[in-house]
Amino acid sequence: MHHPVLELHDVSYTYGDGIVLRDVDLSVREGGFYGIVGPSGAGKTTLLRLMEGSLRPGSGTVDRGPDGRSQPRLGVVPQLESIDWTFPITVEEVVLLGLTSDGRRLPWATRAMRARAGEVLERLGIAELARRHIRNLSGGQQQRTFVARALVRKPDLLLLDEPTSGVDVATRHDILHLLHDLNHEGIAIVLTTHDLNAVAAHLPNLVCVNGRIVAQGTPEDVLTTGILRELYGADMVVVNRDGMILIGDTIGATVEPHPREGHPVGTPDAHFGPVAPHDHASGSDHRHDVEARP
Amino acid sequence: MNWLTDPLLSHGFFRHGLAAGLLGGALCGLVGVFVVLKRMSYIGHGLSHAIFGGAAVAYVLNANFYLGAGAWGFLSALLINGVARRRKIGADAAIGVVTTASFAIGVWLISSVHRFTVNLEAALFGNILGVTLEQIYVLIGVLVVIAAIIFLRYRQLLFATFDPEAADAYGVNVRRSETVLALMLAATIVATMQALGVTLIAATIVVPAVIARLLTDSFARMLVWSTTIGAVAGVVGMYVSYYWNPPPGAAIVLILAGVFALVYLGTAITGRRRLRVLDAETHTDVAGPAVLEH
Repeated sequence: MHHPVLELHDVSYTYGDGIVLRDVDLSVREGGFYGIVGPSGAGKTTLLRLMEGSLRPGSGTVDRGPDGRSQPRLGVVPQLESIDWTFPITVEEVVLLGLTSDGRRLPWATRAMRARAGEVLERLGIAELARRHIRNLSGGQQQRTFVARALVRKPDLLLLDEPTSGVDVATRHDILHLLHDLNHEGIAIVLTTHDLNAVAAHLPNLVCVNGRIVAQGTPEDVLTTGILRELYGADMVVVNRDGMILIGDTIGATVEPHPREGHPVGTPDAHFGPVAPHDHASGSDHRHDVEARP
Repeated sequence: MNWLTDPLLSHGFFRHGLAAGLLGGALCGLVGVFVVLKRMSYIGHGLSHAIFGGAAVAYVLNANFYLGAGAWGFLSALLINGVARRRKIGADAAIGVVTTASFAIGVWLISSVHRFTVNLEAALFGNILGVTLEQIYVLIGVLVVIAAIIFLRYRQLLFATFDPEAADAYGVNVRRSETVLALMLAATIVATMQALGVTLIAATIVVPAVIARLLTDSFARMLVWSTTIGAVAGVVGMYVSYYWNPPPGAAIVLILAGVFALVYLGTAITGRRRLRVLDAETHTDVAGPAVLEH
């Protein structure tokens, strides 16, 4: 039985006059792997920041280390878009920032700290880049640098904001495999993502957020047309083929007159690869949600 | 070497001015690193104008300059910091409101009392040749305290400057670090105001740090470079002023501007060469947020 490492009880948060999140109850378990999904502005990043502790809830409580357990060590990986890539700092210096709260007063790192940073960089395959400025890295290497900063403090819980946004397919696979490996080593992981097909559908647990928690559970439980309609306010098609879930817009949502030429633009097949949704209408899979189509 | 020692040996005012140029330049250069990296160059400009209001109040009330300007400066810095945290108002707008109002108070007070006209000119354009021993002691004290704070809180200040969004989760008190930085800046402006003047302080804070940024990709080296450039420009500016008669404050700023132009051209040429080498080395596997754009 995995214990909770972090719990949110009845948490609400407002920015100015607008309520971003309300009545959130959520439990993150030891060694769990969670994806937070939802439309833009739904409160995904706010939820992550409440977990980190960089935002304080307007009401409710965020309990780190519930049931009298010690506080989990957090590793936070920000959105790459939020980083100032011109800042004068090398890969190794970024990683050493992960050890800032170790109580050491002097500005320079000890030999032991450098060795620890070196181990983590080696583990992530970027040891040879330690002296390189962060601007001179590829997107995958940049993401690994910030994962290394989190790992250097041996976290119990890793929180990542859109770790696969703006990267290509190979890098995305690379990052997801790395996160799965870290999860298998016992680190609980929570990430936010916009990508339902390539990321969310492959995670063990999903939390659907749109101002509140709309649903939570396994992808099979929550990636349904009904929940997605409630989450995104649009009809979507969900296809489950041989255990693989694929989600796309409905034909009605995509077949619309072209703004200039008046021609229909409808390419639903592109969302599902070789199998078009309408070909599944007679299939045995009950999650083949043709009823969601108009 | 008579040209170097003559003014030192023959004029007490030159010795004081040289010490003020050296110490004030170093102080502005040191603090300027944080101002430039936090992209708040405008705050240096604005805060110096705000502190002018405090200086005027001190003159009119016949109170100690450092008490009046210092208290006013710290209050303005905290006010700007607090207003800038409100998400609805940008930091630049907050600085604009607070500082211009404060500057207007100073102008109103001083113009209503005609006997302060000389002081007004000194406060606006600086009077480095009229620097007293007391002012030099204040400069030494402020420089030592700020250097000690940066040395002892280097890692926290670096983290809070580079990635304030995540720093909290890593045990860094970002709010405290930002308050410390604002107070350090206010203290720097108060200590150098009478020597350099309201209108030129911003340049002596920003330009050394910008030059240092062009010269290095390391935060620690940027601190050393910026402090050194500020100090050297202060000394050279004093000699230029002695032999060619421009006002010392203007000479210091023009020397900094000249060095900036040279370094900018030099790094543009060498940077292109470096870029070609790095381009060959880096795996540009993704379109990251900022890959090799410099």
